[in-house]
Amino acid sequence: MQALLDVRKIRQDFPILNRRLKDGKKLVYLDNAATTQKPNEVIDAICKYYSEYNSNIHRAVYQIAEEATAEYEGTRENVRKFINAKYEEEIIFTRNTTESINLVAYSWGNANIKKGNTILLTEYEHHSNIVPWQILCKSRGARIKYLEVDEDGYLDLEVLDELLSMKGDGKIKLVSLSEMSNVLGTIFPAREIIKIAHEKNIPVVLDGAQSVPHMKTDVQQTGCDFLAFSAHKMLGPTGVGVLYVKKAILEQMKPFISGGDMIKEVHKENTIFNDLPYRFEGGTPNIADVIGFSAAIKYLNKIGMDNVRDHELEMTSYLLNRIQDIKNIKVYGPKIAKDRGGLVSFNIEGIHPHDCATILNDFGVAIRSGHHCAQVLMEKLDIVASSRASLYIYNTKEEIDILIDALNHARRIFNI
Amino acid sequence: MSEDIYREMILDHYRNPRNKGKIEEPDIRINDSNPLCGDEISIDLKVEGDIIKDIKFDGRGCAISQASASMLTEMVSNKPLTTIKDITKDDVLENIGLTNLGPARIKCALLSLKVLKLGMVKYYVDKDPTSAAQMKDESKVF
Repeated sequence: MQALLDVRKIRQDFPILNRRLKDGKKLVYLDNAATTQKPNEVIDAICKYYSEYNSNIHRAVYQIAEEATAEYEGTRENVRKFINAKYEEEIIFTRNTTESINLVAYSWGNANIKKGNTILLTEYEHHSNIVPWQILCKSRGARIKYLEVDEDGYLDLEVLDELLSMKGDGKIKLVSLSEMSNVLGTIFPAREIIKIAHEKNIPVVLDGAQSVPHMKTDVQQTGCDFLAFSAHKMLGPTGVGVLYVKKAILEQMKPFISGGDMIKEVHKENTIFNDLPYRFEGGTPNIADVIGFSAAIKYLNKIGMDNVRDHELEMTSYLLNRIQDIKNIKVYGPKIAKDRGGLVSFNIEGIHPHDCATILNDFGVAIRSGHHCAQVLMEKLDIVASSRASLYIYNTKEEIDILIDALNHARRIFNI
Repeated sequence: MSEDIYREMILDHYRNPRNKGKIEEPDIRINDSNPLCGDEISIDLKVEGDIIKDIKFDGRGCAISQASASMLTEMVSNKPLTTIKDITKDDVLENIGLTNLGPARIKCALLSLKVLKLGMVKYYVDKDPTSAAQMKDESKVF
């Protein structure tokens, strides 16, 4: 079968993939759900900003500041197109997905969540989509309910419908869920979930940290009211997150972080806030990395998000097939590759994930071990931790073979 | 290399931990976890006239943390409680034969010592609350 992506060519764009580890081993990077590697284009864009037009944006009138402003705002437009938002002002730059969700919780949440209200999350949420809501609910006297995830890593949409139909005291005021689980790998049907919620006039926050980097995103089609994601999980730099908010909702929201750049006028007693979206970007933003993010989006666009998805699907099928042959292995999440994003979490009975990851490191294999910031799900699965291999555009079947060899080696060391 | 870490001694203590379980009515019961990986260790102690008469640990975790806890209980059993003060992280690492651990895994090896020191401090502070400030430093492992 013809390879979907020219992976060999792609790999040449990522300098880190050429480095050698301690004893000359190649890096087999399989921790892409934590953060992805950066292509030269992104690294160069950041260097170029600092070496050629470093300046603060929006206010200065000299040439390099105008160049910096144009690049920064150009990124906003690129993000808008990437997720097919209707308006540029619906795109807010934050530090990361966590900050994006906090912005919603503090600004929208404090204005709209009242005593006795309920917020619906799921059991597979990342801590970043649990803790801000817990803090909000404690301060507002509201409650959190968790939609259960079944053994194979799926949600029951009929149960969702029932929960969202509840009237009176327990009425659900907001749904916040991740479009793809960072542990189970399941891709959830965002469009259908949002449709059910909207029928009952309940807004939906979509955590796109794991989904946006790996498949085509269209906020107008899914209809989400809020979408949060991070640049660093999609070839971009750390320190840049995005919050998309539907304009009609954003217009009603109060600022979260206040101070410089988010104002029009400041007087001794009062302030007139800046227009959208600037009123939500207080202080000098992370200019260099936002500009670097533009290069990442251009890179992904060049490949095409459908091709990214197809490549990951091919790699995930291969990984699922091979990993299931390992003795005493428990693989979490859907058994069907197409229901998954490019990650597989697992445990080998008798080997703790930390020990597993330590042994894999001998092979140059970088995987994640731990609770993946999803302790609510860990409790549900009755485990303290798992190992997770996660893929991206530059990963190959040969690398998956190295992973499988390393896992078998771990079994030998532990005599399992 | 991993073969140097996962030697027979570590695997033996991991699979057949010594002093694992709980003590009924312990004089000290204390637990802590490693926020990075969620590993948990709890330690129960029975103290008679300042001597550690019985010690048991419980918990879930990796081979390094569990083997280290198992070996630590053997190290302090029937010793004066105050010996815990003097145990350093190097003592523990040498005892388990892992002096080359990286910074991430060192925390696994030292979790049980951290818990044990916290337990000792709690014991003395409960007896004499005025010693709290002085004892605080005694519990530092790293």
